[in-house]
Amino acid sequence: MELLQNNIILLTLTFGIFYAARQLQKWTGWIVLNPILLTIVSLILLLKVAGISYETYAHAGNFIEFWLKPAIVALGVPLYQHFGQIRRQFLPIFLSQLAGCIVGVASVVVIARLMGASRETIISLAPKSVTTPIAMEVCQTMGGIPSLTAAIVVSVGLFGAIFGFKVLEVWHIKNPYSQGLSIGTASHAVGTSRAMEKGDTYGAYASVGLILNGLLTALLAPLVLQILGI
Amino acid sequence: MIRQCFIIFGCLAFGELIVWLTGIAIPSSIIGMLLLAALLQMKAIKEEWVKGMSDFLISNMGFFFVPPGVALMLYLDIIKAEFVPIAVATVVSTILVLIVTGWTHQKLKR
Repeated sequence: MELLQNNIILLTLTFGIFYAARQLQKWTGWIVLNPILLTIVSLILLLKVAGISYETYAHAGNFIEFWLKPAIVALGVPLYQHFGQIRRQFLPIFLSQLAGCIVGVASVVVIARLMGASRETIISLAPKSVTTPIAMEVCQTMGGIPSLTAAIVVSVGLFGAIFGFKVLEVWHIKNPYSQGLSIGTASHAVGTSRAMEKGDTYGAYASVGLILNGLLTALLAPLVLQILGI
Repeated sequence: MIRQCFIIFGCLAFGELIVWLTGIAIPSSIIGMLLLAALLQMKAIKEEWVKGMSDFLISNMGFFFVPPGVALMLYLDIIKAEFVPIAVATVVSTILVLIVTGWTHQKLKR
């Protein structure tokens, strides 16, 4: 399978599988068929079957992964666009984000520790609510396993997208702004895309939640871990 | 296109510089994001100077983390060994975040 070790072939496979997975989700409309998750799983299976190491794939993958950092910088544009809205409602948004951020990091850490997870796993779980590039950077800075974080973040996003609005309704959180904000806070980009489907208002607030919780988690997660003695 | 790349990479480079100078534990990309938002807010740069590039990057953000996700194949053992703590902690914590954020915002609004 020497041909499969070629960078161009591996990149083409990555583009092709992702495109196919996205088409599949469009046709079926099933949010569970997340293209990111499907592509990761398919590639892992393919590499295992073909006997190609991750290191070999990473030579090609680095060309794609490289764009993560500029993509986070680009989130500065929607942050700027929502700035007026955020400023007008600054206190309610900021305080609910702060509460959500601290509860999110602290609860996942405490539960995982009580259930006997290892230190590396606990650190990798800590930034689970925020958008993957940010979560992976936070994880890396604190000494966790970024790829484990990536997998968990996708799962969290899927959970939020599928069950998020149900959970909120059960708890009588019915205000569209509050719903959007908490979906974005808890389940980042995947949840935000679900909120966008429900309406512009939900989507706009979800992206505020996605950006602000990313920021707060980057700033506060190391502190929360320190306080909890991890 | 070159100007768009220059602005976005410039913000990122500024973040790298700050991290290098101070040793601060904040990702350089987050510092770059804040700088970009601040430059736009101060009208130092125009939105259309970065719009095409930023739209492209944001709408494909999910795709960019496929390769680091594939690195998961190196950690299948950890996930198998700690599946229950990982799954329970993640689900319970996500439900808590949804409720706490939504409830706090609904109470404080207006």
